[in-house]
Amino acid sequence: MVHQVLFIVFGLICVAGAVNLLVQRHPINSALSLVVVMASLALIYLLLGAEFVAAIQVIVYAGAIMVLFVFVIMLLNAGSEERSSGSRIALLLGVPGVLVLGCLIGWIMINNNKQLGGVSIAATDFGETHPIARLLFRDFLLPFEITSILILIAIMGAVVLGKREG
Amino acid sequence: MVPLSWYLVLSAILFCLGVFGFLLKRNIITIFMSIELMLNAVNLSFIAFANYWNAHAGQRLASGREIVGLSGHVFVFFVMVVAAAEAAVGLAIIIAVFRTRETLNVDRVNLLKL
Repeated sequence: MVHQVLFIVFGLICVAGAVNLLVQRHPINSALSLVVVMASLALIYLLLGAEFVAAIQVIVYAGAIMVLFVFVIMLLNAGSEERSSGSRIALLLGVPGVLVLGCLIGWIMINNNKQLGGVSIAATDFGETHPIARLLFRDFLLPFEITSILILIAIMGAVVLGKREG
Repeated sequence: MVPLSWYLVLSAILFCLGVFGFLLKRNIITIFMSIELMLNAVNLSFIAFANYWNAHAGQRLASGREIVGLSGHVFVFFVMVVAAAEAAVGLAIIIAVFRTRETLNVDRVNLLKL
């Protein structure tokens, strides 16, 4: 019962933040509502027993990445969004297509509700750092090392792109 | 006891809202934030399925070797790493675009070469 109430509350906060991201015209308001979405997603991760992922969701996503976004918005002194027509194909095909996709996924999930079963608040040692670290540094060691190279390339790319030319 | 399908429907709603933002918003930074929203929606379904797998398949394989239910968490970790790298490079590109064109409206960024 408590689990359901918590899920509904944080799920509604999540969806409200995402809708607010779309409705707001100033990018800084959108960025702050995205922080709300990420923080409530971290709480939903806690409900699913993923403690480590919830922690890095707050630290990396809501912390580092969103600070980067807010920093760029303030650096560029971005004003309110201009209203322009945009792409007509995106409106005519994209919006109904996405609506159909969302309804289809929802319908399939609700129909298969019985087979999927339920989620209870997991045992305490499920999503802790220790088992994740064992998995990450043993079975996923090669992908982990490759991501470090990816990060290095991304840092160099960001420096080169951000450098003022000439 | 919350049905797994609720989590997946929430994930689908967030993903669709992200696609709406990507299609309808005109500010390049907001479009970028919509992409982050879509990545978060996918992360939510990864975590939900990891919990489901862990609860139903048990913590050990038949060989008794490793916990597979946690693979979803590791995938989310990698998605976050890639999202961080993407944010760094993407925002650098946005700054470069703003320097040359003095606008953040994607409708006015329609030339490859100035």
